[in-house]
Amino acid sequence: MNIGFELNGKPTILEIEQRETLAEVLRGRCRLTGVKVSCEAQVCGSCTVLVDDLPVSACTFLAYEVRGKRVTTIEGLADESGRLHPLQQAFLDNFAFQCGFCTPGMILAAKSLLDENSNVTDAEIVAHMNGNLCRCTGYLPILKAIRQAATELRGQK
Amino acid sequence: MTTLSRFEIHQPASVLEASQMLAQYGDDAGIYAGGTELLLAMKHAALNYRHLIDLKVILGLNSINVRNGSLEIGATSAHRSIERSAIVRQNQPALAEMESQVANVRVRVTGTLGGNLCFAEPHSDPATLLLVLGGTVRAESATGAREIPVAELIAGAYANNFLPGEVLTKITVPCAKPSHRAGYMKFQVHERPTLGLGLWMETPDDGRTFTSARVAVGCVCPFPTRGVEAEKVLTGSRGEVEKRLPEAADLIADAADLVDDHEGSVEYKRHLIHIFLRRVFRKALREPVS
Repeated sequence: MNIGFELNGKPTILEIEQRETLAEVLRGRCRLTGVKVSCEAQVCGSCTVLVDDLPVSACTFLAYEVRGKRVTTIEGLADESGRLHPLQQAFLDNFAFQCGFCTPGMILAAKSLLDENSNVTDAEIVAHMNGNLCRCTGYLPILKAIRQAATELRGQK
Repeated sequence: MTTLSRFEIHQPASVLEASQMLAQYGDDAGIYAGGTELLLAMKHAALNYRHLIDLKVILGLNSINVRNGSLEIGATSAHRSIERSAIVRQNQPALAEMESQVANVRVRVTGTLGGNLCFAEPHSDPATLLLVLGGTVRAESATGAREIPVAELIAGAYANNFLPGEVLTKITVPCAKPSHRAGYMKFQVHERPTLGLGLWMETPDDGRTFTSARVAVGCVCPFPTRGVEAEKVLTGSRGEVEKRLPEAADLIADAADLVDDHEGSVEYKRHLIHIFLRRVFRKALREPVS
């Protein structure tokens, strides 16, 4: 079937199979390999992408579902000049990753939180992020990075 | 990446059409209402449907309303929309709070309450709380519609009592009254909860005495189970009820078919019921839980 959707701001029409997951389509057909696949059971969060600004596990989410919707991957966060999104910059500044495998999912999950409310408490950040696993950092640098980005995004408003 | 086997997605225009599709394709067809459990099971070939009937495309099936003192939640309402619904928060805060704890935010965005109840995964939260809140579901088919109490819907692990061709369309939950206290808590260290415990109590005098109670446990057993005998000892003055919490916990454990598995032994699960009954009692009374 053909599906039409907006991918990182660009209108896109793709022919897909109904059984294809969004992760398969984004990685295989669109070459957006920032979508990382790990647990394949919606537990780890590494395949997190945003559909209409809400986080989903692309590994267990049919590409069929994005027809008429907006899909955002990590490749779509920097602006046209290459300037990083405040969350990306904050993850760099706080060394909020080591191997980096969970990072795209972490940043997109955090984006869905801060887009809705940049005035978040630590408890709200932890509750929102508790479905994204990181084996490297011990999470504190990630919390600090999200806090930093929240402060910056509040300043932009 | 694990690839799904081929299937065809059907888009019914109405519940009636969905029911007719179920009848037409029989065992080859499954209802697709979010996919958080279904697609996982299909990935592992635990289920092999060649036809998926997409219930989410039916307009209005994800609405949330209050009617005749009850919340009416459309079957395809996502966990997250229930969690954040002002109507639910206002009229049954325990339900909104439980929904906010389901799995993780991604599962809550895509998974639906109707799908969750139909799948009847043993390590799941909603049915345990709905048992004590007195929830019912509406099942519709080409031959008619009926209301089924959640207690009668549950038939076992991954099993429920729908008739062939029936589609779950609505979940009805009585609104909380000022004299009601309710809470749900879970204990989780792995991917899915080890224990879920729901408690509902009626108190005419702001927590000094309790005139009736309902309690249910899930995850530690193959399906959410009411502790009917325990409910009998959870009435009386607050002091009496608190003193009998250990007895009630044992009665809940006796009623449930506790499972010895990787989440822990039967003894351990009985112990958890003791701990969490005490905690959920406090939580239902809106007191600090420790």
